[in-house]
Amino acid sequence: MITIKKNKNSRALKDAVELLSGVDLRVCFQCKKCSSGCPVGKLAKTRPSEIMRSLHLGAGDELLATDLVWMCASCETCSTRCPMGIDVAAVIDALRRLAIERGAPKPEGNVPLFNRAFLKTVETFGRSYEIGMITAYKLGTGKLMNDTEKFPAMLKKGKIALLPPRGGDKKTVKRIFKKIKESRGPKA
Amino acid sequence: MKYAYYPGCSAESTARDMNQSTLAVVKALGIDFEEPKGWTCCGATAGHQTDRLLAMSLPAANLTKVQDMKLDMVVNCAACYNRMKVANHEISSHPAIRQGVRDALDRDYDGSVKVRHLIEILLEDVGLPAINKSLKRSLNGLKVACYYGCLLVRPPGILKFDDAENPKSLDKLVTAMGGQSLDWPCKVECCGGGLSLSRTDVVVELTGGILEMASAAGADCIAVSCPMCQVNLDLRQQDINKQTGRNYQIPIVYITQLLGLCLGIGPGELGFEKLMVPATNVLKKVEVNKP
Repeated sequence: MITIKKNKNSRALKDAVELLSGVDLRVCFQCKKCSSGCPVGKLAKTRPSEIMRSLHLGAGDELLATDLVWMCASCETCSTRCPMGIDVAAVIDALRRLAIERGAPKPEGNVPLFNRAFLKTVETFGRSYEIGMITAYKLGTGKLMNDTEKFPAMLKKGKIALLPPRGGDKKTVKRIFKKIKESRGPKA
Repeated sequence: MKYAYYPGCSAESTARDMNQSTLAVVKALGIDFEEPKGWTCCGATAGHQTDRLLAMSLPAANLTKVQDMKLDMVVNCAACYNRMKVANHEISSHPAIRQGVRDALDRDYDGSVKVRHLIEILLEDVGLPAINKSLKRSLNGLKVACYYGCLLVRPPGILKFDDAENPKSLDKLVTAMGGQSLDWPCKVECCGGGLSLSRTDVVVELTGGILEMASAAGADCIAVSCPMCQVNLDLRQQDINKQTGRNYQIPIVYITQLLGLCLGIGPGELGFEKLMVPATNVLKKVEVNKP
């Protein structure tokens, strides 16, 4: 359940979500089809329809700390089944972006750290580099040995590349990352 | 038939088996693939979870390369396919995004490069009659649960790939190859995707449910067309067995690996040895060792 705190930031969150996602939040009439189909809804404390309603009711930054924001697997079942054509998954993406920008409490499992580790390898090599990303993520979480027992077998079978990727147009990718950082301002 | 083939990053690492079998299959069918020089990452899930403009610019960098080749882009990785098509859609329908992408790339792109999935090429351009003629082996009634996952079919308004709730494209190929495609309820359920490392608990729960239904349907194997689905279902099987006391041994094969076998290509060339759960039962059923 989400406890809504009425404060001066409340309007700002709804407006910011609409601006970032391009979604008109008003058209949601709480049929809860998004929640019924959500594969992680049964595992999370929050459901997508609850997030939509909380935004209606003027929720503020406390919404950014709800577990579904980072447990959402981006499967887009919610957006696909919404009878009003709301891109619910885009709303969750917007909340993630705001959670990073506004420094919301770090969630369990740390998906933001994973995403940063992934994108850092893309920025460096032009293509993602799984072993580099996994190492950076594990260093960040401090749980280095978690889930590593499969690596020897994967390497032996050739199921994962040991060396970083080559041949990608690094120049263009570096330019993209630089421009995005500039457009987001010094806070990002 | 010539296309610009975008392999995607996984093709060089955890989905080398997908890439190998894709290239072997298209060669056998006489399709010409050319990689765009210097292709780069599509941004994947991490991209769109981080920044909308980043998530549009990274695919666009590749789409412009293909535009210069004057070919259609073909993708086999469901995740890359999804990102390319979503980027095309957003760029062509929102002038502000097109402008943002132009600033990031230092080049204008209108979102017009045609992006197709390999399955669409096989079914629409090559066609089942031509594939039938090229088949050298049969799946001999192999029971296959076709698993489409999320990114191949959603969002349907943009991807327009098959039916979003009950797709049949992979099933058509399996049937054509002499296999028995199973009617089962998890075709488009989510495997947990990119949460594999950051929320392994979620992925184990979701893949566990999918394996349970495939097993209940009597599947000899699950056929996929997405590297994330393949890795999650294949790699996490031992975790699920450990945590739940089950003993799933369901091979998770790429549809191109099955098609490759039926086109008479050897399992080595199709990357079968890379599967964590060995597909011994599949190879036996297809009678690969018989001449």
